[in-house]
Amino acid sequence: MNKPVANKSALNKHYVPWTFVGPALLALGVFFALPVFAALLLSFTDFDLYALADSKNLRVVWLDNYIEVLRTPLFWKALLNTLYFVVVGVPLSIGVALGAALLLNSPLARAKAFFRTALFAPYVTAVVAVALIFRYLFHTRYGLINYGLEYLGFAPIDWLGDPHWSMPAIILFAVWKNFGYNMIILLAGLQSIPIELYEAARIDGASGWRQFRHITLPSLRPVLLLVAIITVAGYFQLFAEPYVMTRGDPLQSTVSVLYYMFQQGFEWWNLGRATAIAFLLFALTFFVTRLLLWFARRHGEET
Amino acid sequence: MTQPFARIAVNGALALVALIVLFPLLWMASVSFMQPGEASTFPPPLLPAHATLDNYRELFERAGMGRYLLNSLLIASAITLISLAFNLSAGYAFAKLHFAGRERLFQMLLAALLIPAQVGMIPLFLMMKWLHLVNSYGGVIVPGLTTAFGIFLVRQYTRSIPDDLIEAARLDGAGEWRIFTRIVLPLLKPIIATLAIFSFLASWNDFMWPLIVLSDQDWQTAPVAIASLSREHVQDNELMMAGSVVTVLPVLALFLMLQRHYIQGLLLGSVKG
Repeated sequence: MNKPVANKSALNKHYVPWTFVGPALLALGVFFALPVFAALLLSFTDFDLYALADSKNLRVVWLDNYIEVLRTPLFWKALLNTLYFVVVGVPLSIGVALGAALLLNSPLARAKAFFRTALFAPYVTAVVAVALIFRYLFHTRYGLINYGLEYLGFAPIDWLGDPHWSMPAIILFAVWKNFGYNMIILLAGLQSIPIELYEAARIDGASGWRQFRHITLPSLRPVLLLVAIITVAGYFQLFAEPYVMTRGDPLQSTVSVLYYMFQQGFEWWNLGRATAIAFLLFALTFFVTRLLLWFARRHGEET
Repeated sequence: MTQPFARIAVNGALALVALIVLFPLLWMASVSFMQPGEASTFPPPLLPAHATLDNYRELFERAGMGRYLLNSLLIASAITLISLAFNLSAGYAFAKLHFAGRERLFQMLLAALLIPAQVGMIPLFLMMKWLHLVNSYGGVIVPGLTTAFGIFLVRQYTRSIPDDLIEAARLDGAGEWRIFTRIVLPLLKPIIATLAIFSFLASWNDFMWPLIVLSDQDWQTAPVAIASLSREHVQDNELMMAGSVVTVLPVLALFLMLQRHYIQGLLLGSVKG
């Protein structure tokens, strides 16, 4: 590929590309790769407040952090909470996004640009700021959501104070905040389905539902998989929502794995243990996204 | 379904969804103009009885919101400018220049995309402590200096520039940096706009890292500041909504102005899977 240009300066040019990539690679190496590598080492030590004061207090404990974490009930609680958030939140976020994308893609829809922008807007807002709105909307006594429920004849719900409702409340908020991203990607996927497929189906007399079932969904499969993987990986990182809306309460029902890592690391200064938690979360996320890929591939071969 | 009925159904559904989605944002703005305590009544009022700017006055005069917004602005601008320079030059090199180990380095870059930032966050915090960068702009900016994602985005886009163009300039004796700045950069304008709005929004909205590295109030960004304000002022809904408005509004306005570029980048970035 590299056509040898008969140029006498060609010999001195070897270093030139490095002036382009050098700064970026150096920054990534020092502030990303090095910390990740150091994290692995740190997770094998008992780095805590004492080691922070004097590194002589640092000891290598090998897998003790991992074992200790896996023996802590709160970690399992945090893991279950996070899985709850992912298992319920991801399908909801994708479902709402798909519904909205289908509406936007309909030839009957008017003012598409306005609706697209409106539905996407929450995605670009700062989580903390909009989580505060929802903390207020979910308020037991003054919240508009309970007002609506009461209006419809339901009993008010103590959204953020009842351990059964705190996670659903956070999920509702997360769906509102994030579905726009998936919607945009799915909309692009819908727009790339050849219109002839639908025309042929219509001539054959296929109903709208059958067109959706046999044309839209199969064509959309790779995009749906992509969206699922991005959303799963993102939702495993749940942190700011419980930090602002519930602080992990009530009864630790909204402590996520990352929130637990933050507490271990920056409230109790068990930095060694916190890095072990970070690695466990990373391994889990990696495993689940791989599993999704594997499942999709297998399923794809069967049909 | 008949055509007119279907038309009403589709547009009605869209309007309803848009109303539900926009309502929290509109209500946030409305409550921010209410008198203190006005929003803590039942049923919650939709509009302020007597609109007031008191919450905003209190926010800027007593809570020092101006400082936090300035911090956010400076940090997000610095990250945007620096990462643009780093990502553009590196992305271009990965697409068009030849050097030993290019493919392997690029594979490593792709692998880095899979690792979430939190994995290295604690050692990075210790590194910042060691460098005396905790509670400084430098400490927040450092992880955003360059991103594997940004480099990837630029590389994908740059590949569409014909090699002949670069080759011709080389034959004319132009140096590599001259070719990059004079010929390539003008062609990269769309991706520059995309990258710029992406990194500005991401760093403005970022929460976890600034929360960790900025414990001192003077340096806090707007999201970190309103999070800690909200822990002190649990009852002051009107004040908190004003805080949310000033945190959300700048990026929302920026997005509305540049949304074409933002959405293009979002789609370009999602193709990587």
